Amino acid sequence: MPSLKEVKTKIEGVKKTSQITKAMNMVASAKLRGAQEKMEQFRPYTAKFNEAMGSLAGNMDSSAFPLMEKREVKTAEIVVITSDRGLCGSFNANIMIMGEKMKAEYEAEGKKVTFTCVGKKGARYFAKKATVRKEYDDIMGNFQMFNARAIAQDIAANFLAGEADEVKIIYGHFISIGIQKPAVQTLLPVQPIEVEGEEAAESAGGSVDYIYEPSPAEIMGVLLPLYMNVMIYHSMLEVGASEHAARMTAMDNATNACSDIVDELTSIYNKARQAAITGDLMDIVGGAEALKG
Amino acid sequence: MAESIQLEIVTPTGAVVSESVDIVTAPGGGGEFGVLANHAHFLSTLKIGTLIYKQGGTATSLMISGGFCEVSNNKITFLAEAAEKGADIDVDRAMKAKERAEKRMLEAKSQKEKIDMVRVEAALQRAIARIKTAENK
Repeated sequence: MPSLKEVKTKIEGVKKTSQITKAMNMVASAKLRGAQEKMEQFRPYTAKFNEAMGSLAGNMDSSAFPLMEKREVKTAEIVVITSDRGLCGSFNANIMIMGEKMKAEYEAEGKKVTFTCVGKKGARYFAKKATVRKEYDDIMGNFQMFNARAIAQDIAANFLAGEADEVKIIYGHFISIGIQKPAVQTLLPVQPIEVEGEEAAESAGGSVDYIYEPSPAEIMGVLLPLYMNVMIYHSMLEVGASEHAARMTAMDNATNACSDIVDELTSIYNKARQAAITGDLMDIVGGAEALKG
Repeated sequence: MAESIQLEIVTPTGAVVSESVDIVTAPGGGGEFGVLANHAHFLSTLKIGTLIYKQGGTATSLMISGGFCEVSNNKITFLAEAAEKGADIDVDRAMKAKERAEKRMLEAKSQKEKIDMVRVEAALQRAIARIKTAENK
């Protein structure tokens, strides 16, 4: 049986840990609100953007644009977006496992794989295991459109130079506060956007004639890189929100585990105290008996 | 009153303007253009510059940078990377940014430092657009 003092210090320690995890939970939930807001604000932009892209791509020969060109895949690039910080459960691990799996699949087909890592966690992980072409650390906390643009430009340049023939992006998809799942999207070559349902019917029936200024090709030349920005920025927003949601859950679990441990330790402490008292009483009674005799 | 057109300006950080207006002029990739009500379907890229819209007798100007604009069904939508209302622009800051960009351009010319000219030029253009927008608010 551990000594009373030992157990007491342990209880204090666990209580302090639970204070920290509780605070982290609250910070994460506050940050999650901000991240979700950012996502909400970006939604109309993406919606409008896809609409315009769809109406434009309909009247366009996709083979004319190098960013849309499909080539035989010799080298694939995987863009892994993770958080900068840990303590958010299995969130980052899930993304990295997915990256690892994809790498294995490509390599089984005899293709080379390079990585671009956004977020410190992924960068650290893949630095030891794979060829990391570029890494972006410490931007997940506070990023803006221009951060995404810098990343997109670098990836596009790499693609156009023929260093990569296909670019996929792995990120943590934010489904709800409880659920975040790793997801994959093809970034390059840019896939023609499918116009769904209603809009498709509309554009087929009405076949609107647009006036393009400057030429459609030039507009496409501007829109394609922008499209990459939008995709990357969107993924980063999702990862941002997912990270905080995952941390919230993880810290909540940790706080609960702490209180369980405190309960357990308290019961050990009480038993030990009882045992000590019983022991003392036995001594006194024994002593008294001896004196009587 | 004349017919009006619905103007929407959307940036990655949310919608900036959503109003019914009489006329919009904006810096397009192929030059300045103006759009009135019932304009034909139209798609254009945007340059960094000043966007002006009029409603009744009052004109409002915005600094707009990059992106594109679409006109369809009497609605004009701007998808810009940034848009700031003239009244919100900090002229002093823009002036300083302009000076800084100009200085960096000179430095780049004298080859003292390796500077990303494209970025400096974009910064300079943004600063100039901000100042101009703020002047004619």
